[in-house]
Amino acid sequence: MSLDKAAVAKIAKLARLKMEPDRQEAMASELNRILSFVEELQAVNTDNVQPMTSVAPMKLRQREDAVTDGGKPEAVLKNAPQRQGDFYTVPKVIE
Amino acid sequence: MAEKDYIQGATGAWEIVIGMEVHAQVASKSKLFSGADTTFGAEPNHQVSLVDAAMPGMLPVINGFCVEQAVRTGLGLKAQINLHSVFDRKNYFYADLPQGYQISQYLQPVVGKGELLLDMPDGSIRTIGITRLHLEQDAGKSLHDQSPRESFIDLNRSGVALMEIVSEPDMRNSEEAGLYLKKLRTIVRYLGTCDGNMDEGSMRADVNVSVRKPGGPLGTRCEIKNVNSVRFVQQAIEYEARRQIEILEDGGKIDQETRLFDTGKGVTRSMRSKEEAHDYRYFPDPDLLPLEFEQGWVDQIKATLPELPDEKKARFIEKLGLSPYDASVLVAEKESADFYEKVARGRDGKLAANWVITEYFGVLNKSGQSMEEFTITAEKLGGLIDLIADNTISNRLAKDVFALMVETGKDAATIVEEKGMKQVTDTGAIEKVIDEVMAANQDKVAEYRSGKDKLFGFFVGQTMKASGGKANPAAVNELLKKKLAG
Repeated sequence: MSLDKAAVAKIAKLARLKMEPDRQEAMASELNRILSFVEELQAVNTDNVQPMTSVAPMKLRQREDAVTDGGKPEAVLKNAPQRQGDFYTVPKVIE
Repeated sequence: MAEKDYIQGATGAWEIVIGMEVHAQVASKSKLFSGADTTFGAEPNHQVSLVDAAMPGMLPVINGFCVEQAVRTGLGLKAQINLHSVFDRKNYFYADLPQGYQISQYLQPVVGKGELLLDMPDGSIRTIGITRLHLEQDAGKSLHDQSPRESFIDLNRSGVALMEIVSEPDMRNSEEAGLYLKKLRTIVRYLGTCDGNMDEGSMRADVNVSVRKPGGPLGTRCEIKNVNSVRFVQQAIEYEARRQIEILEDGGKIDQETRLFDTGKGVTRSMRSKEEAHDYRYFPDPDLLPLEFEQGWVDQIKATLPELPDEKKARFIEKLGLSPYDASVLVAEKESADFYEKVARGRDGKLAANWVITEYFGVLNKSGQSMEEFTITAEKLGGLIDLIADNTISNRLAKDVFALMVETGKDAATIVEEKGMKQVTDTGAIEKVIDEVMAANQDKVAEYRSGKDKLFGFFVGQTMKASGGKANPAAVNELLKKKLAG
């Protein structure tokens, strides 16, 4: 598998990263080196191996259904670049 | 598929194919991965934890109650429960999604294939396949109309637990889609897993619509997002099917896209292009281990399920002699079914059903009151039905008594006693009334006797009126026939 410049531009756009066209070639070759390493790993036969989800023998911890958090709009909005009352405000989203 | 389901276009018949994804909010106190409150209508950003605001370093911890409700709903849909499922990140960029991804389930959902039965108005049943049910986070809310240059963001909904319930593309017209949504709502309300409150956004539907020539290959579909009422779902489907047929008949092709239903104009319009919208780059969430539980726990939940609408309906038909239609009306809300059962206990099931559905619901709906507030209790309605059953009053007069019960709050026996409304079954008294009516209408008697027997109804009406509605109708019929025959 190999990425071209167009694929790099698309990935950057989806991730909301600004990438000048003259950087795309170099980025494509960096990403391709990572992909070829993954391809090397994929050569190993894992047909009968369960995916490993944790290095420790633990299960997903569950909590009780109780209200234990919230009620702190000041903390939540503390780093907001812009606010109006207790709302965050962002440049208008046009659908 | 019946012919009647096809839409006629300029080039012949078209068939609509509909599938639905319904988001049902889990009736939990706190969110799926944080301890913030889920109560509707709070001040903006007052029910937000730092997890919901996606502050760096925050980690999600799953709410066990939400998992239980997903399993419970799956069992109610007769679905396969997966003891091992996985949470994935669904990546997309939007202002009210602070994480930049939604925690959802993709390839391994907690609930697999099930089914839902539609109660069609003609009494038949349609089975709609359920593809899956998975747990996921809701996003925040954007307000676009508060300022010309800015959108306002409220994260109170961010992280609230949703069950996304996906159907197979098994529906063929807007009526079935409406019935599907109603039935799903009934089931989650019976189970108590979602409050089903569509006005507050507790249930929203994404509707997939495509059209094809009957029996042909599936057409390209459009997804209509976030429709929040049964009526709007049906309107959106009708509009969208017509739109697609027009494009195809003009030689065009359908673009697969996400559309919005404009409730004001009754039209759907394009929302965003597919390239960006559908490239979600799912991958397993590294912050969460797989969700695992034992079959024994599932069995425990199964043992606590209530009698569900389909079973209740079957029992009403079999044990109480109701028609499939009446039974499905009564089981649509659990409160209605419970009320009916109280009224019907020890009484005629069909008579009780008629009174509950026609008279009681008719007046209740007009009153705008809830069943608890309304003056007519099951005991009072039962008392009225007893008076009909033992012939104290006729069914016709009972409607007047019922109106007085609503007006005064008194019980039926008291009203009948006070107003002297007891039915007259004494044949002597009825004969006397009939004689008076015949004497006052001798011309009509002559017409009747010369063969205009349609006038019989006139005499029944006059006699009932003259008796103040109290004469026993069967006795009136019998005596009138005899006397008019001369």
